[in-house]
Amino acid sequence: MNYNWNWGIFFQPSPEGAGTYLGMLVTGLQWTVVTALCSWALAFTLGSIVGIVRTLPQAWARRLGDAYVELFRNIPVLVQMFLWFFVLPELLPQAAGMWVKQLPNAPFWTAVVCLGFFTSARVAEQVRAGILALSRGQSMAGLALGLTRAQTYRHVLLPMAYRIVMPPLTSEFLNNLKNTSVALTIGLLELTARARAIQEFSFQVFEAFTAATVVYLLINLVVVGAMSLLERRLRVPGFIMAK
Amino acid sequence: MPMIEIAHVSKWYNPTFQVLKDCTLDVAKGEVVVVCGPSGSGKSTLIKCVNGLEKIDQGTITVDGIRVDAPETNLPKLRARVGMVFQHFELFPHLSVTDNLCLAQMKALGRSRDQAVAKAMALLDRVGLKAHARKFPGQLSGGQQQRVAIARALAMDPIAMLFDEPTSALDPEMIQEVLDVMVDLAREGMTMMVVTHEMGFARSVAHRVVFMDQGEIVEDAPKAEFFGKPRSERAQTFLSRVLVASH
Ligand SMILES: Nc1ncnc2c1ncn2[C@@H]1O[C@H](COP(=O)(O)OP(=O)(O)OP(=O)(O)O)[C@@H](O)[C@H]1O
Ligand SMILES: [Mg+2]
Repeated sequence: MNYNWNWGIFFQPSPEGAGTYLGMLVTGLQWTVVTALCSWALAFTLGSIVGIVRTLPQAWARRLGDAYVELFRNIPVLVQMFLWFFVLPELLPQAAGMWVKQLPNAPFWTAVVCLGFFTSARVAEQVRAGILALSRGQSMAGLALGLTRAQTYRHVLLPMAYRIVMPPLTSEFLNNLKNTSVALTIGLLELTARARAIQEFSFQVFEAFTAATVVYLLINLVVVGAMSLLERRLRVPGFIMAK
Repeated sequence: MPMIEIAHVSKWYNPTFQVLKDCTLDVAKGEVVVVCGPSGSGKSTLIKCVNGLEKIDQGTITVDGIRVDAPETNLPKLRARVGMVFQHFELFPHLSVTDNLCLAQMKALGRSRDQAVAKAMALLDRVGLKAHARKFPGQLSGGQQQRVAIARALAMDPIAMLFDEPTSALDPEMIQEVLDVMVDLAREGMTMMVVTHEMGFARSVAHRVVFMDQGEIVEDAPKAEFFGKPRSERAQTFLSRVLVASH
């Protein structure tokens, strides 16, 4: 193979005008991180609500929650991205559709909403599993003390449920982060998209994607490290995890 | 007027399985009633109906004059006044012993943290666990956990206490420390409904013993009468079996 390695490429000016190729990578990283955090905030909120709904005593509520999870979990994330970006604006009333299409940073908002809903289904699954891992006696004890059902969830069930599912939630967070790269298909200039642009401008394909790979790995390490710190801080003295 | 009034209560878990059959039982203020019977006879189900943790299909349950089964009843408010102790303690593992005792005092009764802590400390002292106030449930023995659970229920200043086999998940050497607390409570005049097979407890503090079998209240007799000679054959057989097992 005749390949001209050139790691110096990152310090050369980018053809986009201001800045270097490294600068392109950094702005890509910023979009990746911001998209991942915003969509996670949405996914965590929605997923917690749906996960709780799926453990309520009312059967109709549980079925509604189940349907939500099946819907968002079973359609490939790429298809969902296209549906939100290309199809939804056409289905809306004309004025609303136009507004959506002309939104500044439309790919960003679309990616946040799309990944938020997609990942929320997976978060819901974990939150439900966490609550069900607790004995039925825990909610009975809360209710028997005179707490309302909402208070029982807030003060008795959820604090333990979140602790129990912290490891799978961490991997859902990382999956969500990786899924932000799918948003390059709708024009979000995130890390992968920027690596591809560097390759197209400079033909330094190996350097571009090696750099992107390393950055993804580093983020992973930081997240895993931060989560295990958090896990240690929230550890319940004397409590042995059932699983 | 009885403190707890269970009248003609029936309950089905599904159309073909009737778990409670026309149960009628009163517990007067200050009375201690022990409920016993073979496994699966519906004892836990009945006691959980008293504070509305299980719904009934027929009959009525009244606690301190309030209908538990009426849709307009504010169940959380009623439950806050009825203590319940479970077989498996059900302490909240992520909260310290003190916080286990304070949570419902603050959230359900609206007491301030200072008031709640003061109450908690007094009760922990009473059950002999003041030194463990800052520990977590997972750091205590079973007997200690159950005493904390009793203290947690008492912190709400209950008008009655329900116990569902409070000692049956404990190692034998820890049973007495829990029974001691319960005996004290009974002697102070607490209204108590206690599902247990501890016949020693029944003998020393119960006023009445109720025997259940297959969802029915087969026998409801004053203690002396029950231990003297139960009327029903089923209760006799059961009694001879538990008395043999516990000696
Ligand atoms: N949620 C439920 N759904 C269906 N059946 C149930 C449910 N809970 C209990 N049962 C059944 O109802 C019957 C009575 O149960 P219950 O727990 O009240 O008995 P128990 O007298 O407390 O027995 P034990 O001494 O074993 O605690 C049992 O046959 C049990 O299998
Ligand atoms: Mg039982």
